[in-house]
Amino acid sequence: MDIMDTIKEQVENNSILLYMKGSPNQPQCGFSARTVQALMACGERFAYVDVLSNPDVRANLPKYGNWPTFPQLWVNGELVGGCDIVTEMAESGELQPLIKEAAASQATA
Amino acid sequence: MTVEQTIESRLVEGFSPLFLQVENESHMHSVPPNSETHFKVTLVSDGFEGVRKVARHQKVYAALAAELEGPVHALALHTYTPEEWQQRQESAPDSPDCLGGSKRESQS
Repeated sequence: MDIMDTIKEQVENNSILLYMKGSPNQPQCGFSARTVQALMACGERFAYVDVLSNPDVRANLPKYGNWPTFPQLWVNGELVGGCDIVTEMAESGELQPLIKEAAASQATA
Repeated sequence: MTVEQTIESRLVEGFSPLFLQVENESHMHSVPPNSETHFKVTLVSDGFEGVRKVARHQKVYAALAAELEGPVHALALHTYTPEEWQQRQESAPDSPDCLGGSKRESQS
């Protein structure tokens, strides 16, 4: 499958998807670690892709989302943002309702 | 011109900022001394009024596309309207500590 199709499928089939460096248990980058922390605090399951283990995704996702850096949080097929935006949303209380809603929609789908 | 200066001049040109701070945070990461790879940008501009955060960052990325394709590895972005900046009492969050990802990347 074309890498762009693979990315599209990942983004569309996972209502909460984090592209990161490393894994949630062993993040390899401070920005990824901080984003995972904010996401875990929402208390819902989420999917992740380690871009260090998936160089094709790492090379092509920036074009797909018009976003050059990692991590990237995608919710319901839409780019929410990177570490700075996700952290800010967690602090302002916007993140949890967004994540809860996405988890609920995945459960009923 | 250093990478830091280039970033500064592109952002001044593109956003007519009321406040702009470009910090080289490369020393916090596992890269050689005096590197210009990791930056933090705090940018306050009228142009962000009514623009969502994702779109604000995309505008900045577009202005710095050449740098991001080249030497710049990480760019922490804090973008505010003048009003948001005042509400935050004119301070941006700190960047996270490094976890050594670049080391693993150079091996792979």
